[in-house]
Amino acid sequence: MTDNTHIDEHRDDEGAKTGMWIFIFTELLLFGGLFIVYSVYRYLNPMAFHLAAQELDTFIGTVNTVILLVSSMTIAMAITSIQLKNKKLTLILMGVTILLAVVFMVNKYFEWTGKISHGIFPGSEILHQSSQGEILFFGLYYAMTGLHALHIIVGVGFIGYVMWLVKTDDVKHDDYVILENSALYWHLVDLIWIFLFPLFYLIT
Amino acid sequence: MIKTQTQDSTPSFLEYKGRFKGLMGWIFSTDHKRIGLLYLYSMLVFFSIAAILGLMMKLELMAPGKTIMGAQTYNSFFTLHGITMIFLIVVPGLPAVFGNFFLPIMIGAKDVAFPKLNLISWWIYIVGALIALSAQFFGDGPPDTGWTFYAPYSFRTGTNMLPAVTGAFVLGFSSIVTGINFIVTMHRMRAPGMNWMRLPLFPWALYGTSWIQVLATPIVGVTLLMVVLERTLQIGFFDPALGGDPILYQHLFWIYSHPAVYIMILPAMGVISEIIPTFARKTIFGYTAIVISTLAIAFVGYFVWGHHMFTSGMSGVALYTFSILTFLVAIPSAIKIFNWVATLHKASIDMQTPFLWALCFLFVFMIGGLSGMVLGALSANVHLHDTAFVVAHFHYIVFGGTGFAFFAALHYWYPKMFGRMYDKSWANIGLAIFFTGFNTLYLPMFYLGMIGMPRRYYDYVDKFHGPNIISSLGAMFMIVGLIIVITNLVRSARHGVIAEKDPWKGKTLEWTVASPPSLENFEEIPTVTDHPYNYD
Repeated sequence: MTDNTHIDEHRDDEGAKTGMWIFIFTELLLFGGLFIVYSVYRYLNPMAFHLAAQELDTFIGTVNTVILLVSSMTIAMAITSIQLKNKKLTLILMGVTILLAVVFMVNKYFEWTGKISHGIFPGSEILHQSSQGEILFFGLYYAMTGLHALHIIVGVGFIGYVMWLVKTDDVKHDDYVILENSALYWHLVDLIWIFLFPLFYLIT
Repeated sequence: MIKTQTQDSTPSFLEYKGRFKGLMGWIFSTDHKRIGLLYLYSMLVFFSIAAILGLMMKLELMAPGKTIMGAQTYNSFFTLHGITMIFLIVVPGLPAVFGNFFLPIMIGAKDVAFPKLNLISWWIYIVGALIALSAQFFGDGPPDTGWTFYAPYSFRTGTNMLPAVTGAFVLGFSSIVTGINFIVTMHRMRAPGMNWMRLPLFPWALYGTSWIQVLATPIVGVTLLMVVLERTLQIGFFDPALGGDPILYQHLFWIYSHPAVYIMILPAMGVISEIIPTFARKTIFGYTAIVISTLAIAFVGYFVWGHHMFTSGMSGVALYTFSILTFLVAIPSAIKIFNWVATLHKASIDMQTPFLWALCFLFVFMIGGLSGMVLGALSANVHLHDTAFVVAHFHYIVFGGTGFAFFAALHYWYPKMFGRMYDKSWANIGLAIFFTGFNTLYLPMFYLGMIGMPRRYYDYVDKFHGPNIISSLGAMFMIVGLIIVITNLVRSARHGVIAEKDPWKGKTLEWTVASPPSLENFEEIPTVTDHPYNYD
């Protein structure tokens, strides 16, 4: 920070968390736009969405759901352990969270490449011959899970940055609001997946 | 809440020497006042470009047929004019410039809640602006869709849409970050004794605005993202060939862009609510009513987007509902007008330049608002949709409302921001020319719309010629006024008479600190014991 600004020692954890919560609202509304588009097109093309959804592998979807739920738990546990002044355990738990996120992305990678190798991707020949509802379904599938995956990557970056702060003792047992905020963000990523999972994999 | 180390804060924020010198001391400063001025200067540049584009369009319409440009150029001009004016100036305008500068001071704080985020939001703004404007200089020709990017044309046109849409998306981030910052600032950083009902009305307006920015902007963000994906990856969202629905695009676009109109006008109303009591030397009439109507506008404004689409194809029920809601949203605006006028009743009015701007605001805003009622009526709308009437209406609201309020705010807070006073007689002359030109420019367009001249055409039939000449002359007149106003302000920043602490006899907190304020605004955080406009 530059010197020509703040000589104030300004710390307001409550304010930082309020800001994060409002940001989470905006993220929900961002996805909300896509959810509206999904519901409108599902309403217009019920049969095609039903058929297309059967193409998706519920097993991988379920595994990824469990992975994200567990990772949300580990990041929450990391907060408790920093409160208990256990720096080492905090770092381990955050590391596990990142590891689980990476596993999620690897699964996602195999899922997407599998689809693409079957010729199902936007603009492909096979999809071009399918019904319009199926084109919409897979378009939404790639856009929504893709945008979600982007949030996973951002979340990993955020948690990784906070890990570094924990390591350098910039985040301590009495000053850990940024860890809480990164966890809040991670719960949001988890929450959105909780909605994406049934919409694409379970409702057939 | 705030721990303060003692330090000598005599030098003003303009003179303060930090780690960086010169330009760097500005573009890396997290001081809310410097950031406010950064926004002001950037907007002045963009505004000049967009205003010149507007003038060129009016020159083209001086005579039927091709006058100075062809159809494609005209299309790209109104697109760039719209994108720049809406996304770069009017939407961020008042909150980013005057909100940044005065919100912390008016609530008795030393800065906003997240100063670094505040600086980042300016950087995002600049990056977004550069991306959006880069569409003009490379690729397959400037965008030609208009600022609304309507599907399916926005992904079928061969022109360079991608940077324009991406730029608008990035600018949305800047808007959201500023919104979050202001909300948290107002919740957490009010001075002792400054409870919500003692908050001046400009911060109140910013509070409503910030919530709209936070809750509505993501929708347009994701919609523009869908257009980007549709253009680059051929993912079908709105393309009928891929099963999509172009009308859905319009819904999503206006779900944001109608509330965005209230992002533009609420802070303008806030500014007027500050200026009127100061120059009337009187407490504002119906403080509570103004606060409630601010929140009511912010709330009801979400549910009227359909009135942009009366001719696009909606069910009868939807049409009636949107029409009724549109009439409803006029009520809180009218309440404010009545309150301002009631404040002036039996007041000892001091006729200064900012007050004159505020009066002109009332005049043009009422024309804009009432013509909006005409458009909100279903039968009239079918006749007037997509005509010059619509263009006249929203220029009366957006330029007449927000634009006049912006200049009113600039003249009102200028002595506080720069510590100098502008030349009052030149300011008044500029205003008089500007106001005359403004009305000469836009009033004929109401008439043109009623007799059927469509918007967004570079050409027209002969019977529209007369009013178009008047309108184009008005545009030139208005630009002259604008040049006088801006030149006077720019010149006075260096050569003006040194301003006092409280040149207008204002009662809100910003008039209790030095002009220009010191780095930390207050030597000591004030304790507030009374209502903001106490002249008794």
